[in-house]
Amino acid sequence: MYALKYDEDTCLKCRTQDCLAKCQYIDIDKESAKKEILKIAHGEDSSVLHDCVTCYACEEYCSFNNHPFYLIVEKQEELDIPPLPRPIIKRGIKTGIPFRGEPTIEKINGRALLMGAFADLMHLIQGKLFEGLPVISTDPRKMFHYFCQLMYLHYARNSVIKERLPKIIKTIAEHEVTEVVCFHDECYGTYTSYCPAIGMEVPFTPVHFFEYLYNRLLELKKEIKPVKLKVAYQRPCSSRLSPDKHRFVQAIFDLIGAQTVEREYVDENALCCGGTMEGQRREGSRKRTADLRRKNIEDMKNAGAEVCVFNCPACYNTLGQMLVQSGIRPVFMSDLCRVAIGEKPEGWR
Amino acid sequence: MDSVYEALVEIVGPEHVSSQPEELFIYSWDLGTTEPHRPDYAVAPRTAEEIRKIVQLANKEKIPVVPLGGGLSLAGLAVPFKGGILLDLKRMDDIIEVNERARYALVECGVSQGKLTAYLERHHPHLTHSEPGAPPAATIAGNVVIHGQGDLAHPYGFNSDMINGLEVVTPTGEICQFGSCAIGAGWFTLHPLPDVGLFLGWTGTTGIITKVSLRLFPCKKIRGMAQFVVDDEDLVPEVFYKITHTQMVEDIMATSQAIPPFSSELHHFTINIAADSEKELEFKLEIVFDDTLGEYIHKGDGGYLGFIRGLERPQLSKTSDWRKGGGFEYVGSIMPIEQYPECYRRGKEISERHDIPYTVLARCIGTAHAMMFSWTYAFNRADPKTIEHAREALHETDDLALELGGTIWKPGLYGQRLVMEKLNPNTLELMRKIKQLLDPNGIMNPGNWEAQ
Repeated sequence: MYALKYDEDTCLKCRTQDCLAKCQYIDIDKESAKKEILKIAHGEDSSVLHDCVTCYACEEYCSFNNHPFYLIVEKQEELDIPPLPRPIIKRGIKTGIPFRGEPTIEKINGRALLMGAFADLMHLIQGKLFEGLPVISTDPRKMFHYFCQLMYLHYARNSVIKERLPKIIKTIAEHEVTEVVCFHDECYGTYTSYCPAIGMEVPFTPVHFFEYLYNRLLELKKEIKPVKLKVAYQRPCSSRLSPDKHRFVQAIFDLIGAQTVEREYVDENALCCGGTMEGQRREGSRKRTADLRRKNIEDMKNAGAEVCVFNCPACYNTLGQMLVQSGIRPVFMSDLCRVAIGEKPEGWR
Repeated sequence: MDSVYEALVEIVGPEHVSSQPEELFIYSWDLGTTEPHRPDYAVAPRTAEEIRKIVQLANKEKIPVVPLGGGLSLAGLAVPFKGGILLDLKRMDDIIEVNERARYALVECGVSQGKLTAYLERHHPHLTHSEPGAPPAATIAGNVVIHGQGDLAHPYGFNSDMINGLEVVTPTGEICQFGSCAIGAGWFTLHPLPDVGLFLGWTGTTGIITKVSLRLFPCKKIRGMAQFVVDDEDLVPEVFYKITHTQMVEDIMATSQAIPPFSSELHHFTINIAADSEKELEFKLEIVFDDTLGEYIHKGDGGYLGFIRGLERPQLSKTSDWRKGGGFEYVGSIMPIEQYPECYRRGKEISERHDIPYTVLARCIGTAHAMMFSWTYAFNRADPKTIEHAREALHETDDLALELGGTIWKPGLYGQRLVMEKLNPNTLELMRKIKQLLDPNGIMNPGNWEAQ
């Protein structure tokens, strides 16, 4: 019913093969990259299907919006080449099952903030920045009714996404929302990138969380006092699905007086937190991920970062402790913005 | 005025005795499915000497004495089935000595797991004890007396294997000491004096432990939990075996439960790893997850779910309350690890038959010498029907534990009867003689281990 909009001719005409040639985790030249992506498109086995760490970045690298990542994971599923061990896939798929009753549907008739599967992080959306903004998916027991399901790209289970997502969209739509501010990049990427790519209709307008924060900070500009912190940003995998919104990271930092440190692994060259990579079947995944994390944090440290800013709770959970040990404070973007307008987020000293 | 009550007041003072129904009501229950039985008196002594006098009084009056630790016992082990004096030991909560170099703690019988943990963290950060998954209010003495196990069970065995000395008030009112302390030396070893071994596993029917010297162990700077998951129960025994062969980890547990959905029909290993440096930690993770379990990961049969710093306590009891109404009880067994698949499959069947979401757990004891396997049944305290279902499931599981070649851990009365039916007749007779010798009037926690 839902089919990926992928055009083989686009790949044939492509001269850069950036999708694979730029990959930070697979060492491949342009010529081989073209061969491999076409093999994948034809449903043939390819080393890429075995070595892909599912970092999403090729979706950003492809300048033709031809969805190489979605193609890779679709073929991983078709050819039964799962990136993760079977028990982790089973576990992950069961995680998204709602099991504590039906959600309470309140009619919004306007804009709302969607917490998705992070209803237990309500403390991150407090204060003036969120005044007057209704929130949906506030009950941790029922949050999987709002879970965008895109996580299953890491599991090469597009079929699960396609099966469950219409029901999720229907539940959100029942709130009669016009604009949906997505707390997490993953939800935003689902509704603005994945759904159009497979021809699934989205009956509301998604708004990126950082775009919302930026605009709200503009409204509160008079109250901003520069935070004067040297910051690094940990880019989540799903932000690769909306690279046009990545500019809001710097825009917010500029607005709140945070100084972005000069790093090697930044923007397009950002490193993955490794949350899903460390459990992958590919030989040496755990050790490679441990090295990757060390490299990432060393880079922040060498650049002089005092704070590492997150949007993704999974990245925060994965890197938080290691950052603290390295003397870098992990903080969510919304909390940093709150500090800039003179508020004191939970646990802030 | 009741003469027993007056005598108890004389021993411990009026503020530490009660015969008031509302207070006795609290002592008539435990947290499981056992029917309540009200004691006649609740007494909270402060010293072994007071206990000695209480026991002498009970002998004179021929009334039962039931010792109670943290009050968290399940399976009715401290329910006063025949009334009498309920001896609440929580006031005896001094940590008498911690010997840093000989690595032991001498504690009174009312010292809780949480108190010792907090004390060691604050004053002796290089030392730790094997903490069970019980709530922090559970007592050290209560745990060793039932052969409990804790989060150091893999390297060091049962908590009752970690005793360096005991002080006990016998059922006839003598205060005895066992181990090096008995000859006036320190409390640093239970051996090599003649083995008396009469007070552990007897559920308080042969005496009241008043002091315990407990072995402590090195506490490394980094302690945390790694997780590994498999979907085939038949793989669990070999994974246990392989991890224990590395001798790199502190605690190994495997769990499976119907709720939340992600854990259903999967087997999650929680593997505690400790290290003094990042280098040591990485070395251990590499040995365990790359070199030892890597083959499962690469084949896709097992998944590494990461390492989280910090130990979460308590663990075991937290996962049990998946049903409205807040009740749970479990059958624990000590079982060969090779029986994990059958324990899981048969336990799941019992749960499903009684409409209870299944919850099972296995903790490795020693280097895979055995496991403690538990089947937990949740029930609604306000719904007698669900309590009855849980009780039936518990009894079926007691039968199952023995059928599968295990022993029941801290059995209730039903399980005790099953064990005694299977027990070597000469052993049973010896137990009866010991009990008769130590407790001629049969006053100690009657109902339990009553060998006919």
